Amino acid sequence: MPSVGAGLGVADARVFVRHGAQGDHNLELLVRGARCAGCLRKIETGVAALTGVTQARLNLSTGRLSIAWNTDKIDPRAFVQKVIDLGYQAQPFDPSEAQIQNDQEGRHLLICMAVAAFAAMNVMMFSVPIWSANFNGEMETGTRTMFHWISAAIALPAAAYAGMPFFKSAFRALSKGRANMDVPISLGVLLAAGLSVYETALGGDHAYFDAVVMLLFFLLIGRYLDHMLRQKARQAARDLLALQAVTASRLNPDGTTSSVRIAAIRPGDTLAILPGDRIPVDGTIIEGLSEADFSLLTGETAPVALGIGQAVRAGALNLSGRLLLHVTARSDDSFLAEIARLVDVGEQSKSLYVRWADKAAHYYVPLVHSAAFLTGLVWLLLGAEPRVAIMNACAVLIITCPCALGLAVPAVQIVASGRLFQNNILLKSGDALERLAEVDYVAFDKTGVLTLGQPRLLDQDGLPKDALKQAALLARASRHPLARAMARAAGPGPAAPDAKEVAGCGVEAFIDGDLARLGRASWVGAEVASSQETELFFRLGQSQPIRFNFEDILRGDAGSTVARLTEMGMDQIVLSGDRKGAVKQAANAAGLNDYHAELTPFDKAAHLDRLAAQGHRVLMVGDGLNDAPALAKAFVSMAPGTAADASQSAADLVFQGDRLGGVSDAIWVARQAKARVMENFWFAALYNLIAAPIAMMGLVTPFIAAIAMSSSSILVTLNALRLAANKAGEN
Amino acid sequence: MDGMFFLIPITLFMGLIGLLAFLWSLKDKQYDDPKGAAMRILNDDDFPLP
Repeated sequence: MPSVGAGLGVADARVFVRHGAQGDHNLELLVRGARCAGCLRKIETGVAALTGVTQARLNLSTGRLSIAWNTDKIDPRAFVQKVIDLGYQAQPFDPSEAQIQNDQEGRHLLICMAVAAFAAMNVMMFSVPIWSANFNGEMETGTRTMFHWISAAIALPAAAYAGMPFFKSAFRALSKGRANMDVPISLGVLLAAGLSVYETALGGDHAYFDAVVMLLFFLLIGRYLDHMLRQKARQAARDLLALQAVTASRLNPDGTTSSVRIAAIRPGDTLAILPGDRIPVDGTIIEGLSEADFSLLTGETAPVALGIGQAVRAGALNLSGRLLLHVTARSDDSFLAEIARLVDVGEQSKSLYVRWADKAAHYYVPLVHSAAFLTGLVWLLLGAEPRVAIMNACAVLIITCPCALGLAVPAVQIVASGRLFQNNILLKSGDALERLAEVDYVAFDKTGVLTLGQPRLLDQDGLPKDALKQAALLARASRHPLARAMARAAGPGPAAPDAKEVAGCGVEAFIDGDLARLGRASWVGAEVASSQETELFFRLGQSQPIRFNFEDILRGDAGSTVARLTEMGMDQIVLSGDRKGAVKQAANAAGLNDYHAELTPFDKAAHLDRLAAQGHRVLMVGDGLNDAPALAKAFVSMAPGTAADASQSAADLVFQGDRLGGVSDAIWVARQAKARVMENFWFAALYNLIAAPIAMMGLVTPFIAAIAMSSSSILVTLNALRLAANKAGEN
Repeated sequence: MDGMFFLIPITLFMGLIGLLAFLWSLKDKQYDDPKGAAMRILNDDDFPLP
């Protein structure tokens, strides 16, 4: 099975070039594998050395290489080739699909945070003397009032600017008749500011200017962390989308070929499909013989022979021969697009999920507001002046302002996602962690999930010594999955220079003057009762044909992962499109009894619907295009890094490497994260339980408010950091 | 007491410089590629920069 991008064939860089007004051109490449200073230098200088290049800059954080040049003489494909020659993977992509929209929002939050930080530090310069004077009684009223006015001059404009994200969000929520966490925040900030100005004008003791900006500073940290997490997830999702923007080569009526975007293909066009290319749209074969790998579409691992007149669906991988395809459907109408639509529908249902923070706000907001209202009422009934009653009510709202709550979730999530990233698990959706923590059912695809998705050469006794070495000379010249498996088993080496691929049969070449053939039993001349799809035969000259056996082996830790998930209380099931025998064998080997075979993509999604109707929260782990609707439909979904791009796009998390253990690791981290968040919520509740009565009694001073707010925020953050310190071995 | 009247403006001015420096660095796109910046510093300047 191809790795990311590799199976897409050659996207033609020329289609992705943007042309400027002054004859300048621009191209963006997604470069993989660059990690160090050496890589950076090698790629930038290597590309810049090409004639006409005016700029080549690689962003290591996003993996984007931006190239600008000003001559028409250079072929953009040369840039891609240059980077590949330097030893990295490169893929042109469509910036319109992937542009980060310059992350205006993140930048604005950061500026707000800086302004709040500046104000908080400088206001503190005046607050500390006032507080200490409260204990020692050395400050005159005039000096104190002056300090208050200077604080106001700093804090009020800063709060007006830095509080905007909260004010706007609160206003939006209120105008829709709802209340979110930003409502008590905005109210707390505005009341604290208003109250302080009033007190200062009267020459009073207490002003909360420091609390106003400190509160905003802490909350903006939480808001920014949350934004970063979502931005990163969105970025990962967009990169995958951008990679899907590939091209096809269209055969023109005059016999020439031209590269076109897949969206521009129309029914009636003729496309040339080279070996190794994925078939972009549904169509009928009008010329050529080949085999196709349908595993991403159906889950079936055995290649299928293709011939003239046969209808093929988009997404199949052409293996051995050049094909001419008569297009019968636009890309919008093809099987792939149908799957993409199902994915969209599934994702819409996911967006209905209510996030933890919003759930907390749901309980929190009415509670603190009624507490403040009651405080004012009781003080009035007890005969206090209206001014005192209002002040105490305001103090309740200020002290219960959800400062720690604002940090409680994002701080944990950012630590957890970093933890997952270390384990090679990529988070693609902001609330995936929350959903993953609540999973109680896991559905696995077989091909590429339980198994590695690619055949491996089995160890055999009694093979002639040089057989593998000689066969590998032929195998390296082919794209057939079994031949590739053989080439991997034999290790790096030369390919036979005159190797010729015979579509549907195998590869032949001359080795030391003898004709050698590697391929099907009948073609090689071996006499076997039934030709299996998991065998290759090799024959040198007239010698005895040699049989090589292959098997799509289980991931090494499939069994232990299944056992661990069972231990975690998960029900598990296998949903596969492959034949029953193969599914049964893999499921049993992994220790799973519940399996369903020969399912269509729509069956899989329907099965998940049934499980959801029974009240299960299902994690779907799948890699094929046939899994994409199920991945989108599931409560939460994961895909291996080898998965089809559409599946990676549909999944919430992507795990890399040969280990299936990423699945249980991710669930474990998610559950830990949930435990930390719940602790933080409890802590915030406890804090309010202590602080609110003090405020209700009218005993809160700005000093107490400042201590309480900062210490609770720090505690919540430290608790989140515990997640990073826990050893993975404990799971 | 008199000292405060020039010390306060000085401190605020210094704080403001810090804030403006941060805003400038943000505008200068210094946070767009943190990994790249960490690596770039290891490269010598004596090769032709594009």
